[in-house]
Amino acid sequence: MLNRRAEKEGVRPVIFPHWFHRIRFRCKVCHAELGFKMRVGSNDFKMSDIVEGRFCGACHNGEIAWPPDQCDLCHSGKRGLPTGIVGGHETGGPGRW
Amino acid sequence: MAWGDEWVSLRKDGIHDPRGPAVRVLQEPEVALSKLTPDTAGNMVRWVQSLEKGEINPRANLRPDTKIRLYESDVLLNLKGGMPIVRFPHRQHTLWLDCTNCHDHLFKAEAGATKFSMLKILEGEQCGVCHGAVSFPLTECFRCHSVARPGDGKPRPSLPIAIPAGAVPPK
Ligand code: HEC
Ligand code: HEC
Ligand code: HEC
Ligand code: HEC
Ligand code: HEC
Ligand code: HEC
Repeated sequence: MLNRRAEKEGVRPVIFPHWFHRIRFRCKVCHAELGFKMRVGSNDFKMSDIVEGRFCGACHNGEIAWPPDQCDLCHSGKRGLPTGIVGGHETGGPGRW
Repeated sequence: MAWGDEWVSLRKDGIHDPRGPAVRVLQEPEVALSKLTPDTAGNMVRWVQSLEKGEINPRANLRPDTKIRLYESDVLLNLKGGMPIVRFPHRQHTLWLDCTNCHDHLFKAEAGATKFSMLKILEGEQCGVCHGAVSFPLTECFRCHSVARPGDGKPRPSLPIAIPAGAVPPK
């Protein structure tokens, strides 16, 4: 769940599904080749980076995956939710014990 | 994702906007994950087995010149505690991950050089950076604590044994 700026800027927060992507890509593609740091919210990128082909835009470019004009597929979250990791693997983690 | 023992639909998962257009278009976790080797915890897929059986074949690189590094050694950790010894398997990890995901900011590349702590792991550091977030959850104690100590009776199975979070470890 990514919502650093999205909601403030008037769009739904973004949901990035790990389960969906790991069927297609090993972790090292995103976390080594593309350099995503492993901490939710720590990669400070903007929509303009994506459109210019960085971060999600390295794949969501109309070639490897559908292009960034499909706003609603990424901006699919409920309003009001903070940036953070959610899902079945969650066992607590920082600040949740 | 999965809660209890079934996959919750996107509409009801509490994070997708049920009134937005995406829930009609996005893939439901159950459709994809129910075909893979089942697990009893986390998102209920044994991801390593699924990969090894060829049920999934995730790409390891985007750029053709990226070096794909694999490493086989197992490292035993927690040689002194009361819990069974922890076997850290490099092979299964490097199928998914690159060395730089762990070395050296999380762990030194020298057996015994890192000071581990279960508390830190539970707080989302060390092994807990991934386990409890994206990889199988920390409630699966014996998947990590998988090697019996000498003289410790029966070997413990490394397959799923669910122990509730916060369970008191055997002394
Ligand atoms: C398609 C790209 C992609 C793939 C593949 C991927 N991740 Fe991620 N991962 C991300 C993104 C994006 C984030 C969120 C980063 C942010 O918020 O700044 C993230 C965040 C994380 C986090 C931080 C969670 C937290 O608690 O803060 C961990 C841990 C992680 N990933 C582990 C993995 C593991 C393990 C795999 C392989 C099984 C994997 N990732 C595969 C893109 C990916
Ligand atoms: C591939 C996924 C993806 C698609 C498609 C996408 N976005 Fe984004 N968008 C993101 C992510 C990730 C962020 C950063 C979220 C955050 O932390 O607030 C973001 C942030 C934003 C922001 C916040 C301001 C900023 O610049 O970061 C706006 C506004 C935005 N997107 C609008 C759009 C619009 C309009 C479209 C369709 C033309 C779109 N997005 C399509 C993933 C996407
Ligand atoms: C390594 C490549 C890669 C990266 C990086 C990547 N994606 Fe994707 N993503 C894909 C592919 C491939 C698909 C499937 C496209 C298809 O089915 O045509 C996809 C699909 C999706 C879907 C749709 C899932 C569904 O249910 O159909 C969403 C949402 C999504 N990505 C969000 C993101 C966001 C947000 C980011 C950045 C934080 C991101 N992706 C980064 C490759 C990537
Ligand atoms: C992701 C792997 C992993 C999981 C899952 C895990 N542990 Fe650990 N645990 C470790 C590692 C690594 C150490 C080594 C710490 C050290 O060397 O002192 C450790 C150390 C410990 C210790 C301190 C040393 C000892 O044996 O007394 C206790 C107690 C412990 N774990 C209990 C648990 C319990 C209870 C669970 C399940 C709720 C659990 N662990 C799940 C990896 C794990
Ligand atoms: C998921 C995390 C992780 C990944 C990925 C990883 N390692 Fe390690 N590595 C560890 C841990 C944990 C130890 C034990 C550290 C200790 O005992 O202090 C270790 C120890 C080592 C050691 C010393 C023990 C031995 O086997 O000789 C070497 C060498 C090493 N790693 C090399 C690599 C290489 C090469 C790669 C990439 C191909 C890699 N590692 C990927 C976690 C990882
Ligand atoms: C950078 C992320 C990361 C870190 C750090 C990490 N793991 Fe893992 N681990 C994974 C992934 C990915 C898998 C594949 C299974 C899954 O995702 O559920 C895995 C699987 C495992 C497995 C099961 C292997 C199998 O055959 O199924 C064990 C045992 C394990 N990890 C122990 C550890 C221990 C102990 C540590 C800390 C010393 C650790 N891991 C640190 C990502 C990580």
